Amino acid sequence: MVSVGSADRYLPDTVQQAVKILVVGAFGVGKTTLVGSVSEIEPLRTEEVMTEASVGVDDLAGMHTKTTTTVAMDFGRITLNSRLVLYLFGTPGQRRFWDLWDGLAEGALGVLVIVDTRRLEDSFDVLEQLELRGLPFTVAVNQFPDSESYGADELRCALDLLPDTPVVMCDARERAPSVNALISLVEFVSSTVGAVRARETAS
Amino acid sequence: MSGPDGEYAASALRPYVITKGRSRPTRNTVGIEALLIAADPPRELPVSATREERALVRMCERLLSLVEAAAHLELPVSLVKVLASDLVDSGHLNARSSIPQAVLPESQLLQEVLDGLRRLR
Repeated sequence: MVSVGSADRYLPDTVQQAVKILVVGAFGVGKTTLVGSVSEIEPLRTEEVMTEASVGVDDLAGMHTKTTTTVAMDFGRITLNSRLVLYLFGTPGQRRFWDLWDGLAEGALGVLVIVDTRRLEDSFDVLEQLELRGLPFTVAVNQFPDSESYGADELRCALDLLPDTPVVMCDARERAPSVNALISLVEFVSSTVGAVRARETAS
Repeated sequence: MSGPDGEYAASALRPYVITKGRSRPTRNTVGIEALLIAADPPRELPVSATREERALVRMCERLLSLVEAAAHLELPVSLVKVLASDLVDSGHLNARSSIPQAVLPESQLLQEVLDGLRRLR
């Protein structure tokens, strides 16, 4: 990635609309790597302070202690054409993070879920959250050098995915497979939107 | 323009001082990916405008998303949403549309996204 100075940080004035895709997954799964592989700008980071009631039952003083944590979100940008820009937000999948960035998921085209086959169980939380929210998603399997390779069907079964949820293999460090994973997602969203429209017309 | 690293991070209180106690913007239409640009010709800010409001308007002298402006200014997005919303209301900033909430993206828009991504391969 070519680093951009402040003079190049701006969008062309012709851009009229922004769309977004969320890139979610467990810690260390390659979210920021994928965003960096496809972004036209050096990925940027934004932070929020999260206040959490501490979990503990033996609170003799009867006081609710709270802890604050700083949580970061990395994001990147792709100018798709002269009028349209795409933002990619890399975020942990747990609900408390989405609530933190109020409005993060609203209006998103869809979600790319990155999984690591060495730690599949880390993805269960994320997938459950997406199914609850009804957001269309595609699973991108980030292949690490020491990960065993599994077939898409095997993974679909292990992750208990619906039959039509796309599963793609990916190397988040490389631009082409990362772009392909995004294309799979948008194709899937297109077909979903088409199906919903057809049902609405029929009824 | 912005304070030293982590100036606000040490305290969750400071953002609420900057926003005069509010945690929510006045309008819900300013998404984190909303595209912002300063009014042209520029409108002078009132003398009561905060340092952060001035910095945000200056940052948006050309087209930039809200979340990028927040990252460059090293301010929390939640805070910049409140400030941007006020500044749009007062006519100092213009916001360009993102997809309205709870609306299915149009197939034409999705096709544009696909075409744009395919050009990257």
